[in-house]
Amino acid sequence: MERPDYERLRWRCIRRALLELDITLTRFLDDGFDKLNEAQQQAFVELADMEDYDLWDLLTGKEETDDPRLAPIVAMLRKS
Amino acid sequence: MSIPVLKFDAVIVGAGGAGLRSAIQLSEAGLKTAVLSKVFPTRSHTVAAQGGVAASLGNSEEDHWHWHMYDTVKGSDWLGDQDAIEFMVRKANECVVELEHYGMPFDRTDNGKIYQRPFGGHMSNFGEKPVRRSCAAADRTGHAMLHAMYQRNVKANTQFFVEWMALDLIRDEAGHVVGVTAMEMETGQVVIFHTRATIFATGGAGRIFYSSTNAFINTGDGLGMAARAGIPLEDMEFWQFHPTGVAGAGVLITEGVRGEGGILRNSSKERFMERYAPNAKDLASRDVVSRAMTTEINEGRGCGVNKDYVLLDITHLDPNTIMKRLPGIREIGLQFAGVDCIKEPLPVVPTCHYQMGGIPTHYSGRVVTPQNGDPNTIVPGFYAAGECACASVHGANRLGTNSLLDLLVFGKSAGDSAVEDLKAGKAHRELPKDAAEKSLARISAIDNRKGGANVHETRLAMQRTMQNHAGVFRFGDLLKSGVDKILEVEKAARQLEIKDKSMAWNTARTEALEMENLIEVAKATMLSAEARKESRGAHVRDDAPDTPEFPNGRNDKEWLKHTLFNPVDNTISYKPVNMQPLTVETIALKTRSY
Repeated sequence: MERPDYERLRWRCIRRALLELDITLTRFLDDGFDKLNEAQQQAFVELADMEDYDLWDLLTGKEETDDPRLAPIVAMLRKS
Repeated sequence: MSIPVLKFDAVIVGAGGAGLRSAIQLSEAGLKTAVLSKVFPTRSHTVAAQGGVAASLGNSEEDHWHWHMYDTVKGSDWLGDQDAIEFMVRKANECVVELEHYGMPFDRTDNGKIYQRPFGGHMSNFGEKPVRRSCAAADRTGHAMLHAMYQRNVKANTQFFVEWMALDLIRDEAGHVVGVTAMEMETGQVVIFHTRATIFATGGAGRIFYSSTNAFINTGDGLGMAARAGIPLEDMEFWQFHPTGVAGAGVLITEGVRGEGGILRNSSKERFMERYAPNAKDLASRDVVSRAMTTEINEGRGCGVNKDYVLLDITHLDPNTIMKRLPGIREIGLQFAGVDCIKEPLPVVPTCHYQMGGIPTHYSGRVVTPQNGDPNTIVPGFYAAGECACASVHGANRLGTNSLLDLLVFGKSAGDSAVEDLKAGKAHRELPKDAAEKSLARISAIDNRKGGANVHETRLAMQRTMQNHAGVFRFGDLLKSGVDKILEVEKAARQLEIKDKSMAWNTARTEALEMENLIEVAKATMLSAEARKESRGAHVRDDAPDTPEFPNGRNDKEWLKHTLFNPVDNTISYKPVNMQPLTVETIALKTRSY
């Protein structure tokens, strides 16, 4: 991912409405994001674009996604 | 260097509840209105407010604004201004009904009225028994509120500048506020917003503490900008803490966990609340539990390598009960403490939650400052609302559900006042020649400094200092040494260095600029707390204990007054609490007990 795109993504991960997401997404950016392939990185961008509560519900298992691109990233975030 | 100038009637900094509410007033009055926000509006921290908004609608049982006023004055430990409190509670119903008309999906009763539920501290008949006063949209009240108000603003043609950070207030020689400087994050470009009215709605600064429930965005930008422009900060010693945040993360563990039988334990597994509150034990009030936890940690009975937290134990509960009655708690433990609370206790610490003090305002939303002997001289062109402002309605302690009410009422009020002032026909005042110079110099210093302080380390030093020296339970000697320490941290915060020099999306630079705001708030908090020698509301000192002469340690004879911290020379002055309501009699001083 190009630097400005990554930095924009970073800002949108480290400044959320919910502290829970600030912590989880920052941690994932620092530890797991680099290891993703391009398609997976794109899937993460889509998740990061979600509304805070919708994403948090996915990460806590209150909701599930049947999107095959998003589900593996959600699984990684749950374990991060 | 030539800096682009954008001309608006009004600029609002912050797109949380207060900012969006005031923008509606301005845009619907036909004024050209800009809203600046570091994030997309519906990602503002107002989203995290779950509880509800207080209004004495009386939909479920008899209620009255005067009772709500009494509760708020009492909750504030009599530090709230009674004119502002009367103003707020009397406007509550109107503001809630307006929100409903904006499309806010409030929970409803069977007959279609807004459903109301009880909330701590809200009582009927002047403190007699709990009353149902909180209006909510499930547990997503703040979220639903922001969406409704954002849509209304879109309809009213408010212009949003998303992912822009305001940098500095622009005041002319006469002291009038004529706009702000701001930076577009995507390009790094600095722009002047030249306006006739500037409204700050930048939220709180809970990130000054190591343990905070606040999202990372709450860096006190409005307070930092006001302080740099020579505006004093009011009552900054008053911060509300929640007893159970996950240690090291701050994520809130709901009070329901103790309600379901959760037990607080120290390093020797002792149920220490039995010593502090023999009857209520772990269900004692927030402040009692928080103080007991702090005492355990301070006296060396904390847990972990640094002995800096206690444990919240629910391992004795049936796992099915935990999963059914406390949804999400297991996930929070796993995610933020690495602990499965079914098998192991959770590490918790008292955690900063809400800032009662802020930029001094009149209840009209106009910012006031001491001048020529009058502590409440209006700063022309400048308004503030919500958590960044101090009207003061929360005084020394805020009641639950009064924060969403605050941002609605004072957001609207600030907007109305700006409309009134602008309709009086004032033209744009001339911009000072050096309008952007301060901001550009700050950015240039951060960009070019060599051998300066690291932003992350400086922030951590500040947060640890605030947590250890000015936390939920305060000690004279720790406050004194805290003053020295925070002034040391301030030196580092004035010498920040970043490695990344790029223009576009330079998050390192943005975080350095945020740090310069945080330190203003931290300093104001520490120095104001050290100076106030009594206990009142959320400011509780070990050396101002509960005595017959001073119940709860409160000393009205000497300390029934607002603190004004002057950031220019680090001095403190005081101004009287307004004890005179608008139409009713003063709610007389009394010991605050529940």
